Amino acid sequence: MKTTRYYKTKKITVNTLIHMFLLTVSVSCIFPLIWMVSSSLKTQETIFKDTSLIPKEFHFENYYYAWIEGGFGRNFLNSIFYTTAVVVGIIVVSSMAAYAFSRLKFPGRNLIFYVFMAAMMIPIPGSFVPLYVLLTKLHLRNTAFGYILCMINVGLSTSIFLLKTFFDKMPKELEDAARIDGCSKMGIWWHVALPLAKPVLAVVVVFNALNVWNEYVLALIIFDSKPLMPLQVALMTFQGEFITRYPLLMAGLTITALPIILVYLLMQKYIVKGVTQGAVVG
Amino acid sequence: MRIKSTLENYIFVLPAVLIFSIFYIIPFIWVFQLGMYEWDGILPTKTFVGLANFKEILFADKIWWHSMLNAGYITMIALVFQNAIAFLLAWACDREIRMKNFYRVIFFIPPVLSEVVVGLVWQWILDGNYGLLNSWLTALHLPQLTRNWLSDPQTALTAVSIVHCWKGFGWGFLIFLAGLQTIPRELYEAARVDGANAWQSFKNITVPLMIPVAVTVGILTVLGTMQAFVLIIAMTGGGPAYHTQVPVLRILASMRGSSRFGYACAQGITFGVILVAISFVQYRFSKKAKA
Repeated sequence: MKTTRYYKTKKITVNTLIHMFLLTVSVSCIFPLIWMVSSSLKTQETIFKDTSLIPKEFHFENYYYAWIEGGFGRNFLNSIFYTTAVVVGIIVVSSMAAYAFSRLKFPGRNLIFYVFMAAMMIPIPGSFVPLYVLLTKLHLRNTAFGYILCMINVGLSTSIFLLKTFFDKMPKELEDAARIDGCSKMGIWWHVALPLAKPVLAVVVVFNALNVWNEYVLALIIFDSKPLMPLQVALMTFQGEFITRYPLLMAGLTITALPIILVYLLMQKYIVKGVTQGAVVG
Repeated sequence: MRIKSTLENYIFVLPAVLIFSIFYIIPFIWVFQLGMYEWDGILPTKTFVGLANFKEILFADKIWWHSMLNAGYITMIALVFQNAIAFLLAWACDREIRMKNFYRVIFFIPPVLSEVVVGLVWQWILDGNYGLLNSWLTALHLPQLTRNWLSDPQTALTAVSIVHCWKGFGWGFLIFLAGLQTIPRELYEAARVDGANAWQSFKNITVPLMIPVAVTVGILTVLGTMQAFVLIIAMTGGGPAYHTQVPVLRILASMRGSSRFGYACAQGITFGVILVAISFVQYRFSKKAKA
């Protein structure tokens, strides 16, 4: 006869094994980042010999050199600027469109909406080739404006989809009340619909912010001049120029990764929401 | 009045439609046009060559097909290894267990990092001369195992694949977990009352109900992995020789390296058609599996 004690021991053993598995994977997720920070605090002389996780001396000046000498300060501000501009652009443009697709009537509404959705499904690998040609023709290559417009377009379809799904489920009563009070359509969109959409707007903001901050290939083909480059491209350029200056490179990587990890930790609830909703689309 | 109102409605979609037409639809059309030209991207004159670019890709471009095989290899590893881990982790987290949220937060850290950051950090860890992995192997008295992981043709592609899985499993994990949480607990209760053990309820309840989710994750993995390339630029740049080349990297090389814009577009179309075909087959296959 199996006793309660037997089942209790079995349960504890199983749980311990599961925790060991989960903890091993957790450590493997974080360890490379700790190693990155650790390497960023060593010097060019010690980094190749010292494999300790906590360096004997902390050389924080690497961050100063990376920021000033490596030029990452400039690139960091560029990344902040591009991310902000693109996210604001996407919020305005996609929420207006999504509101119209959900609430307003006009000929061709469904057709236009389906074209946007089709763009989400059809992969065009190498679309950066014609984009490069187009931007050159429009004299927008190697400009911040050109890059921002391209990145707004990248996030448009998914954002419209998320917002339209939300607007479709939103009760109409508040909008009706505003209309009776003499509010214009634009006024209703801005004063009623947008404030109500805050939870889904948060998802849209977080996802697009991550996407722009981490974007590489469009920035690579659009920017020639280093003072305009965002961090991702600057990091690769730096790695090519100073192949052996690992402490500075690691400092640059930390500067790039830190903001995104902070944003993620603060907003992770919205990210989980976005991933699970996004999977429904696919 | 009616017309004015309709026009007003169009204003709402106008910015989106404008940006989308210029930056999506025009490039989309141009890919198909440019694919039939030989053009260096600078000269005003383009030479029309018909389907010659496609003929060259299909029958003469060995590196292209080699890179396709490489992408296929990475995708197979991701499909099996990455998704198996993702599912196991989700299954382990979908129970009464402490620190559930902690694990969930940690597992999604690699996916939020950029491919450049992940690639450069791992390149440093796997470095042949000073990398951490080799110094650990030496410390463990296994110096015969040390090697130049990323410049040894035998290990480069596998090393890149594993880092790709490291970066990507968090996506599958979250989707699987969300799927598992939709399974009603009563089903498990009922099974236990009927005398089913843990393995039986896993096999007969969890697995069948998770097949649609697994198909979604599978399609996303294939589409994502086949097109991955930034991580590879950061880790190996496509080398040694052509051992870690992938299709999108070839497209980039045709454009920037050999200045063949038409050829790059033709490669893009070829690859796009292959991707659509693969996801179509997967979709059909999944419908059969469900029926």
